[in-house]
Amino acid sequence: MSLLTTILKQLINGLQSGSIYALVALGYSMVYGIIMLLNFAHGDIIMVGAYIVWLMMARFALNPIIALLAAIVGCTALGVVIEKAAYKPLRSSPRISLLITAIGISYFLENAAQLIFGANARVIPPFINAEPITVGAVSIPAEAAVTLAAAGIAMVLLNVLVKKTKMGKAMRAVSEDAGAAQLMGININNTISFTFAVGSALAGIGSVLYCCAYPKATPTMGSMLGLKAFVAAVLGGIGSIPGAMAGGFAIGIAEALVSSAGLSEWKDGVVFAILIIVLLVKPTGLMGRPMTEKV
Amino acid sequence: MSTLLKVNDIHVYYGKIHAVKGVSFEVGQGEIVSLIGANGAGKSTALKTISGLLHPKQGSIEFMGKDITKLEPNKIVRLGLAQVPEGRRVFAHMSVMENIEMGAYILGRIPEEAVEDVFSRFPRLKERSRQEAGTLSGGEQQMLAMARALMSKPKLIMMDEPSMGLSPILVEQIFSIIAELRQSGATILLVEQNANKALKITDRAYVLETGRITLSGSGRELLESEDVKKAYLGG
Repeated sequence: MSLLTTILKQLINGLQSGSIYALVALGYSMVYGIIMLLNFAHGDIIMVGAYIVWLMMARFALNPIIALLAAIVGCTALGVVIEKAAYKPLRSSPRISLLITAIGISYFLENAAQLIFGANARVIPPFINAEPITVGAVSIPAEAAVTLAAAGIAMVLLNVLVKKTKMGKAMRAVSEDAGAAQLMGININNTISFTFAVGSALAGIGSVLYCCAYPKATPTMGSMLGLKAFVAAVLGGIGSIPGAMAGGFAIGIAEALVSSAGLSEWKDGVVFAILIIVLLVKPTGLMGRPMTEKV
Repeated sequence: MSTLLKVNDIHVYYGKIHAVKGVSFEVGQGEIVSLIGANGAGKSTALKTISGLLHPKQGSIEFMGKDITKLEPNKIVRLGLAQVPEGRRVFAHMSVMENIEMGAYILGRIPEEAVEDVFSRFPRLKERSRQEAGTLSGGEQQMLAMARALMSKPKLIMMDEPSMGLSPILVEQIFSIIAELRQSGATILLVEQNANKALKITDRAYVLETGRITLSGSGRELLESEDVKKAYLGG
């Protein structure tokens, strides 16, 4: 295999994992944008999504499409319930209380999963039995193609939602200035719930795509994935939707390049080194907005 | 003249600070009523309490005969009470047009004639409708904040320090816009530090000092009052 095909192959790997990071990072960023909370339970929603996929496909032997829909519905409902039950009562509390609650929810979900499903990995049957797509000298695995396409569609739909719909505009208004948004007649609580719903639905899609690439569910699988997506959100500029997408792909490609250089055991280290560098050099990230106000 | 807004003896606290200490006033249909007073007198606090961003510990607020004391801001807006907040508070990263659309959020769809009306009042905004609101000048942002409040066709518009931080020419312009709005039938509750300008266009005014109303009367009476001249009009 020539150097070029190796690089292309790794690039495809990077785009595949990058699109999963991007979907998860979007949830982090949108929630941060609207209530300034780093929702550390977000990664664990992916884990719950993976168990839903396992239940649907391994236990009930259902069609992958049904598993996908069940994961989206399940994750969306979970995200909204967490927001209503755990975060809403703390709306006027200091932000640190919210953050600690998010970490608590994360542990709660991981331990609940371990209690219900056990500590051992649950293996998910393969989703796609298609031949790889061959383009010239490079063959693209069907999973990678489906992942990229699905993530692409999800991101286009998200963009339309945020830019064109009334609810999406209300979301942006609340994230810019919740007080002024209230004076427009926007119901803050509904808008926040909606944001959690959208972010969690994206996590649901992410969980299915993740299971395509790594077909097993474990109670703690969400924590590393969540942390890396968090790094992606910070790299892109937390609070920024295009930033989260770009950051996700950047992290995925960085990991793939490190692996292709034969340093796979350094993969995680490189991701967190990126976090440290971003925080030192450009804490607002690639597309984040500095806090400025015109008087 | 029918009473639109009636504020009865409200007491408002910021934590332990007693910011508004028993304030009562009324705004009638078609009037411009001003609350004037120094920084920290409680003017903005009173407005925020009416719009529901703050809630009074005591006292009550009635809007068109309905008790709104405990309602949330988004419910109060729906009754027809819009606010132009202090510091303009436009959505800086949304376009001018999107800001105007947000003003009509409570309506099912964006009313074309209301958009045309605000664009004819504020032609600058039409020219810049696709620009991000944060790139507008201070005066244009103030116009946008007013346009946004007008979009919901409110029965009462409350304006919090609309002239703050603007150059003298723009201050003139803002006050003439307020006077024009009144001509076209709007009812306005104005909070201003610029007492001189406010009293000239106002029907009635109340002077607030450290959370209490110390004087009230018609705009003209207050302009001529020795106490007001000494304290607020520089002589």
